[in-house]
Amino acid sequence: MSFAHRHLLGIEQLSQSDITAILDLAEKYVELNRQSLKHADELSGLTQINMFFENSTRTQASFELAGKRLGADVMNMAMQASSIKKGETLIDTAMTLNAMHPDLLVVRHPQSGAVDLLAQKVNCAVLNAGDGRHEHPTQALLDALTIRRAKGRLHRLTVAICGDVAHSRVARSNLILLGKMENRIRLIGPPTLVPGHFAEFGAEVYEDMSDGLKDADVVMMLRLQKERMDGGFIPSEREYYHRYGLDAAKLALAKPDAIVMHPGPMNRGVEIDGTLADDINRSVIQEQVEMGVAVRMAAMELLARHHREVAA
Amino acid sequence: MTTTLFTNARLIDPEAGTDSPGWLLARDGVIAARGAKTPPETDGEVIDCGGKCLAPGIVDIGVKVCEPGERHKESYKSAGLAAAAGGVTTIVTRPDTLPVIDTPETLEFVTRRAQADAPVNVLPMAALTKGREGREMTEIGFLMDAGAVAFTDCDHVVSNTKVFSRALTYARSCGALVIAHPQEPGLSQGAAATSGKFATLYGLPAVSPMAERMGLDRDIALLEMTGARYHADQITTARALPALERAKRNGLDITAGTSIHHLTLNELDVADYRTFFKVKPPLRSEGDRQAVIEAVRSGLIDIISSMHTPQDEESKRLPFEEAASGAVALETLLPAALRLYHGEQLDLPTLFRAMSLNPAKRLGLNTGKLAADAPADLVLFDPETPFVLDRFTLQSKSQNTPFDGQRMQGRVLATYVAGAAVYRRN
Repeated sequence: MSFAHRHLLGIEQLSQSDITAILDLAEKYVELNRQSLKHADELSGLTQINMFFENSTRTQASFELAGKRLGADVMNMAMQASSIKKGETLIDTAMTLNAMHPDLLVVRHPQSGAVDLLAQKVNCAVLNAGDGRHEHPTQALLDALTIRRAKGRLHRLTVAICGDVAHSRVARSNLILLGKMENRIRLIGPPTLVPGHFAEFGAEVYEDMSDGLKDADVVMMLRLQKERMDGGFIPSEREYYHRYGLDAAKLALAKPDAIVMHPGPMNRGVEIDGTLADDINRSVIQEQVEMGVAVRMAAMELLARHHREVAA
Repeated sequence: MTTTLFTNARLIDPEAGTDSPGWLLARDGVIAARGAKTPPETDGEVIDCGGKCLAPGIVDIGVKVCEPGERHKESYKSAGLAAAAGGVTTIVTRPDTLPVIDTPETLEFVTRRAQADAPVNVLPMAALTKGREGREMTEIGFLMDAGAVAFTDCDHVVSNTKVFSRALTYARSCGALVIAHPQEPGLSQGAAATSGKFATLYGLPAVSPMAERMGLDRDIALLEMTGARYHADQITTARALPALERAKRNGLDITAGTSIHHLTLNELDVADYRTFFKVKPPLRSEGDRQAVIEAVRSGLIDIISSMHTPQDEESKRLPFEEAASGAVALETLLPAALRLYHGEQLDLPTLFRAMSLNPAKRLGLNTGKLAADAPADLVLFDPETPFVLDRFTLQSKSQNTPFDGQRMQGRVLATYVAGAAVYRRN
């Protein structure tokens, strides 16, 4: 198995076999994480810095735990509170951190392409933990692992991605990953949130949720990103919930064994019914969180291994 | 009395639309004669052009020189040297400086700086509204007396239609040319790319190409109302062209330009968020680019400009959305335009019609042509020499060119302003 990438910046750069390699390794860590002694030493002695230029609790905690369980020294930097406020540029911040010789940089940034830019200026491995509306590769990988475990395969499935696709890096990364693995992808939402250009990527675009959910194997709900909206994409949350919120009645149109996913954090009663989200027979939302740690452990291990091979 | 005879030249005449061998005689700074047969005897300097092209010097409307305010990005001296090295004999400068050139006093300052430092002709434009804020018109009459050749708020759209219609009406009474940026400002707010597959994949805030047509449609309606002299700085989309064509057919006093970047690059060139490719309006689809080339060929689009916009390294070393817009292009205008010649899309007389003759005509200048009594503003160039552009060899103080590292073909050998050499390639 070879994984020849310096960084994990997006799904776009990965091949089918890269994706499979990460998921296969992650399976091993799912087992480890379920034991009471969760320690491994694949990253022992390495330094991991989490740089989050945008608020995050879940993703940052997941990366932190992943690093610690593999024995890395992990440092969290809340970039909003630091030198960015003093006018330092992204590149200067990157160069400063680079001089401290980290081995893994986990970066989230509110602007598309910012993590790519940063990766050009540092020597260590960079993991994109979400850049603007562009990509969020580990989220797509953890979604893929969740689907593969629930459905027994990661190909020839009909996956409906619903909601705020326009502002979602999760949707973009999933669209690319699921496309590479040869699935049928449907995007559902009002045209203000699902621009027609997505049809050019081989996805089917549905404005009517009932049509889009028909016979779906996987229903992936997206968070309505209120903070990225500069006004006027939908008339109101209640109308949005009425037309595009997932509830039991709408879910009944999908296959009887369809699973429900959500990248979190959820807006209950806006894009998803609270009871449905908690229904352990349909919702795999908690599994997604669990797979997140395992997938991030796998991705970091593969990057560290590649760097060792290059150095050797 | 100084005399220069250019022999053995390939004369590019945009007026006649010809590209033919011949000689040209310059005397006392103006073109005295030209011909195709045996050149006359002269006791002055004789320049053997070796069969290379001799064309009217380029007249570049919309050059940003960063004086006053940001001289570290570009000064009159550096811009003048860049222009000379690029075969540009007249630069028509933009008023989007710090502060804005919106009073006769600031205009006199830049005119003085230009005369002292620049080896090429410099003609300043002034703002149409004070501070380019779109609220009150500038002193158009005084500014014309001080030498302003056109009035523009550059990339700021005067969104208040009442203000714009009054400014157009007043400008018409002064005989002033107004240059506008056709764009619907609400639709294009915050955009860093053109909406489409590329912007969708890269997650960039984007504007529909329709915003350009909407801006142009509004301006055309105001021209029908006011009868003003109007030039659209950059038409870059196919959808805007039918409106332009109709406006011309209806006899409005309208011309249009486009930028060399929109003629030679498309949105996919941005690739992995390369900020040197961030321009305003954003690069368009290949379909739009082809339509704009065809419009230049047919003459519907009159003028090609460099839209030279120097930016320092810091303002470009940022995430794409935050990075500054604009590219330097005085020195790359001609080699980039020659891509269209080598690609057999536009011939040399057509290129020089759009780069030299038409801009001069629009500003009422007696240059941009190889006619007797016109100033001997000339560019001698070899259209064939291939080279790879190294941005650090540019004369500009800023080196933000999208053509860095790219193969180009065609170089300027010498540039003459009023018969005197202002640039000679070693």
